[in-house]
Amino acid sequence: MSTYTPSKPILLQGNEACVAGALYAGVEFFAGYPITPSTEIAEGMAREMPRIGGKFIQMEDEIGSIAAIIGASNAGLKSMTATSGPGYSLMQENIGYAYMTETPCIIINVQRGGPSTGLPTKIGQADTMQARWGTHGDYTAVTLAPSTVKGCFEETVRAINIAERFRTPVTVLTDEVLGHMREMMVIPQQGELEVYNRHKPDVPNDWYRHFEVTPSLVGPMASFGEGYRYNISGLTHDEDGFPTANSEEIRRKLEKLQKKIMRYAEEIIKIRTEMMDDAHVAVFSYGTVARSALQAVKMARERRIKVGAIQPLTIWPFPDLQLREMLKNVRKVIVAELNMGQLVHEVRRIAPRGTEVVQLGRYDGEVMTPQQIFDKIREAVK
Amino acid sequence: MQTEQLASEIIHHYLRPKKKFPNVWCAGCGNGIVMGALIRAIDDLKLDKNGVVVVSGIGCSSRMPVYLDFSTLHTTHGRALAFATGVKVSKPNLKVIVITGDGDCLAIGGNHFIHACRRNIDITTILINNKIYGMTGGQFAPTTPGGKKATTAPYGNYEKQFDPVRLATGAGASYVARGTVYHVQQLEKMIAGAIAHKGFALVDCISNCHTYYGRMNKEGDAVAMIDQIKKQAVNVKAAENMSPEKLEGKFLTGVIHEHEATEFCEEYQKLVEAQGGNK
Repeated sequence: MSTYTPSKPILLQGNEACVAGALYAGVEFFAGYPITPSTEIAEGMAREMPRIGGKFIQMEDEIGSIAAIIGASNAGLKSMTATSGPGYSLMQENIGYAYMTETPCIIINVQRGGPSTGLPTKIGQADTMQARWGTHGDYTAVTLAPSTVKGCFEETVRAINIAERFRTPVTVLTDEVLGHMREMMVIPQQGELEVYNRHKPDVPNDWYRHFEVTPSLVGPMASFGEGYRYNISGLTHDEDGFPTANSEEIRRKLEKLQKKIMRYAEEIIKIRTEMMDDAHVAVFSYGTVARSALQAVKMARERRIKVGAIQPLTIWPFPDLQLREMLKNVRKVIVAELNMGQLVHEVRRIAPRGTEVVQLGRYDGEVMTPQQIFDKIREAVK
Repeated sequence: MQTEQLASEIIHHYLRPKKKFPNVWCAGCGNGIVMGALIRAIDDLKLDKNGVVVVSGIGCSSRMPVYLDFSTLHTTHGRALAFATGVKVSKPNLKVIVITGDGDCLAIGGNHFIHACRRNIDITTILINNKIYGMTGGQFAPTTPGGKKATTAPYGNYEKQFDPVRLATGAGASYVARGTVYHVQQLEKMIAGAIAHKGFALVDCISNCHTYYGRMNKEGDAVAMIDQIKKQAVNVKAAENMSPEKLEGKFLTGVIHEHEATEFCEEYQKLVEAQGGNK
């Protein structure tokens, strides 16, 4: 039995909410390596996994952790790991392996300041682009970014569902402040939130193709020991998983990795707005910054400034169409993030002509305050 | 004649019908000999094909799983044991066999190797040890003997070597053996012994890379190299009565270390039962 009982209010840390969300979504395997500020997730999993008959293993490093969860996922268990910047960097090669081998798994990156060892106990949001382009080669990433403790729970559940449904690794980006912040939340009852279980094959062994390009693009997925024998390889492979040098097969494989996400982008993308109906100015922010942004927008509204807030909960794939529509009547969009400018480039790329994009960055290890954003809003309407 | 036919039938029963041959290995490579020994060992043990998972890393030897008709996982360089750990912990009933090379296992994968030994997790590791990086074209490995040439040691190797048998023993592996591609029947028995053993098992298979190592060090073709391996191998039992002088330049073969120890997955299962998580 899990520690987290549904239906009554409990005080949870963001990191604990990720653990509770993982349990809710049916995660049965966790491998990790201690790293600040994510360690409470590993600690929670070490406590909870034996109690539900799941598996926990503390690996020798982060490379081993991501390798183990990929192995576990291919053995049939919903799998996850948690880390922070340096560990996320170490994991990148095998995250690429998960893309290539279409292995469902999730990585929670509780961000801290970087580069390198950086600021283990301070906040940062500078892994945004790494979540998209961290491993080498072509692929389409899915990354979710909650901003509340309840959001940590919900986005962890959603990340696992997306991973299982589209057979892909998914990153959840939180941060030091969100991971350690405590808020009240109510764990939903089973059935309240969707939980997706991967689609299994029912054909004979000889017919099964582990990487088949089906009409929906994502084929059923067998697990080891279920009577199907197939090859999985990080080498570019054909639909049977055998390494290929055939240019047609190579192209098909890479396009599959892209299309299986982009065709379903509308279902994957979640973007929230506040007070955008009549807004001439918008604040675009994600993660912890979105909390300050909302407060700043309220402060500005009290001064009758027509400003709204846009918060993508899915940052990859980037919500191109949705954001373009939202910015249609916006003269200025302030992009607030805890880095020297990452998602601002995406906003610039899709902002309609006539919408000015204003960058607001902070990278001194401190949170972005509502006042800072409010000042920027005032500047924008001057 | 009859046994010969039977042997080839066994081999074909365990090779993938869909996979196109020939394989990627050079003619005369020891990898095929080890693959044959592995197949016969699995056949001797009468393992269910659906219950065997073969995991490998990157390198010539790591291309083996693609030909084998089991569940196979060809992973990233050095990480096979970490992937295999995830598979084994998830489904302890599966027989998990790792195929790796000396560069894959002892250089880039060294950390995973010692920790898999330490956990004594029930994984069989077959290390095909040809003392060189073959796939990338003949660079020195942690096993390349002193003075020997490699493309990245053009004046001779001046580094010290790892002995995988001593390394595994020191790190806690509970079954450690060494065989060669010449002593095929012994190799087959050791692989079967390793798979049957409960706990972490290593079989260090001394093999030949005549294409790079042999050519650069003027050690001849595949036959000459395998003949040399034969001459250098001394069974661990025979070595007991040999003087250190006589053992100079030789290496030991056979089951070199074996001990009883608790196994990782079984210990974890006890924890699950104690916490009431048994489903």
